Amino acid sequence: MKRVALLGMPNCGKSSLFNRVTGASARIGNWPGITVDLMRARILLGSHMVEVVDLPGIYDLNGYTEDEQVVRDFLSAQPVDLLIMVINAAQAERQLRLFLQARTLGVPIVVLFNMADEARRLGISIDRDAFTEHTGFAAHSISAKFGDGVPQALAQIGHMLGNTVASTPSFDALAAADLEHALDQLAHQCIDTPVTLSARHTDRIDRAALHPVLGPVLFIAAMALVFNAVFLLGAPLQEGIGAAFDWLRSAALVPLLAPLPAWVSGFLIEGIYNGVSTVATFVPLIVLFFFLMALVEDSGYLSRAAFLMDAFMSRLGLDGRSFVMLVMGFGCNVPALMGTRIMRARPLRLLTMLTIPLSLCSARLQVFLFIGAAVFPAVWAPWALLSLYLFSIAAAVLTAWLFRKKFASREPFALELPPYRLPTLRHVLLRGWHEVRHFVHRASRFIVAGVALVWLLTHLPVGVDAASTASWAGQIGSWLQPLLSPIGIDTQLTLALLFGFVAKEVMIGAMAVIFGQETSALGDTLAQHMNIAQAYSFMLFTLLYTPCLSTLATLQSESRDWRFTTLAVVWPLGLAWAVAWLAYTGLRALPL
Amino acid sequence: MCALSELQTGQDATVVGLRADHDFVQRLHALGVRIGRSVRIIRRGALNGPLQLRIGTTDIMLRRTEAALIDTTEPAVAKA
Repeated sequence: MKRVALLGMPNCGKSSLFNRVTGASARIGNWPGITVDLMRARILLGSHMVEVVDLPGIYDLNGYTEDEQVVRDFLSAQPVDLLIMVINAAQAERQLRLFLQARTLGVPIVVLFNMADEARRLGISIDRDAFTEHTGFAAHSISAKFGDGVPQALAQIGHMLGNTVASTPSFDALAAADLEHALDQLAHQCIDTPVTLSARHTDRIDRAALHPVLGPVLFIAAMALVFNAVFLLGAPLQEGIGAAFDWLRSAALVPLLAPLPAWVSGFLIEGIYNGVSTVATFVPLIVLFFFLMALVEDSGYLSRAAFLMDAFMSRLGLDGRSFVMLVMGFGCNVPALMGTRIMRARPLRLLTMLTIPLSLCSARLQVFLFIGAAVFPAVWAPWALLSLYLFSIAAAVLTAWLFRKKFASREPFALELPPYRLPTLRHVLLRGWHEVRHFVHRASRFIVAGVALVWLLTHLPVGVDAASTASWAGQIGSWLQPLLSPIGIDTQLTLALLFGFVAKEVMIGAMAVIFGQETSALGDTLAQHMNIAQAYSFMLFTLLYTPCLSTLATLQSESRDWRFTTLAVVWPLGLAWAVAWLAYTGLRALPL
Repeated sequence: MCALSELQTGQDATVVGLRADHDFVQRLHALGVRIGRSVRIIRRGALNGPLQLRIGTTDIMLRRTEAALIDTTEPAVAKA
């Protein structure tokens, strides 16, 4: 099989091209010698099966960020037949620098000038014949977003692959390469840029989006819109799916499993089915959330958020990028932690990684939605949720401020402000699809195992009342009671917290199993089980305590430092207890 | 000669020197900030926030402390 790798600078449209070429078939690949996940897909190009690998976007092949190291490690360890060099045509005058580095590697390269449409609008034209004449490398003009020119480029790549032999690039000539002079020359030979650029839409939008007062207001409004849209559109879907699961259970599953021994059908229905179906009702919310996050992310708006927040973040020892990663963490902490690879200074990266697990991720959101709706009066529930987001941000700020001396760094802050772009529907849908698959993947690993284990712990030893103090679960809960009763968390909820450590998605499923209820009845049971002070304390503890197993594994694999990972577990745990105790004690003092 | 951070917003000037360490110079080069290139400050972030710079077709943000390491020509006299 042939292997090609996509190489390009951040903001060159490399991932759009990857998505267009590989569609829904892409998988996260594991590579020997590389600790990082890279997307890969197998496609048919001409008469060859080709493995396409999407390398991280980097500025400099010779640079020192983790991402740049990853690209070098990959290319040193994995022979490639061809490099596909993606260059944003509108910024070719500077992005060709990476091409000049890549051509020292001694591997066949095809250059794709992407965003041909955007360049044309700016009046920039690239003479591809002159480029090929001066460099000896084939070049194509494409629009990865709309697909123009992509089939022709792929056809030629397929053709070229007939003559290639996979080879490992050599980095020997990289450091000595003449870049600046060669770049000027190449730009002079093949790029035609108008003297003055036309005023862009981006400038008009930025006048509001980067305004000192209006900018932050717009940011909060945009975020509020995202979260409200998730609930407004997602809640009816969620109810519908919940009802469908309940119906399926009583109409089909219960009669079908009736002949089995009671404990087997109990395990299958009350354990696995109730648990997993409760979790599955959240899929529409999660998909919607990631659709909207993909919109915000691909539009180029997040770097504006970085601009607005950098002054504040720098006082906490962080920078604008840290803020963007915290916002990304609202989706899922794991990719946000991986996103810190663009930071070069290790202390800055570690400090950012310490704050990210405090971001209220979409899995925790499920727990809060459920408990909020069940226990709080309808008028209070949205405010309770909003307050949790504020606590999440406050905890991140406090953490950064407290540890800023321990992780002091001075990394120069330089970041692109790409023009605003409308993402294509296809790109956003693909993103949602990847999230659904990721969820199913997690479900098969953690959630089924988690809820099955909860059922067993609550129903063993044989003969005990489900989830009673005599069950194993009850015993574990009792051991932890001295620690958790001061914050209003009882034996049964303790067990839910214990499983929340595996994945927060498991928590609601675990509660369904612990209380032996199906999806729709669980809310009522919870309302009888907890008062408002207990529920709020439970939610605060859930928000802040130990991140899930995936986050923990990512913290360790990204930091490769057990002491740091331990700190990232112990500090939030302590903070969670302290905050929950304050809230519980305070709320009980109020006449509610 | 003056530091980039002292340019007025909206004025064009040419980069004549980069006084940063090697790694950061490399990063600036990759972002298009190179000796001989024309640069303009588009806006300054509030509360001593970063600068928005335009070099060719690329906009970047840079903190004022880092912009102080970039030397430029005296700005061209504003056209009438």
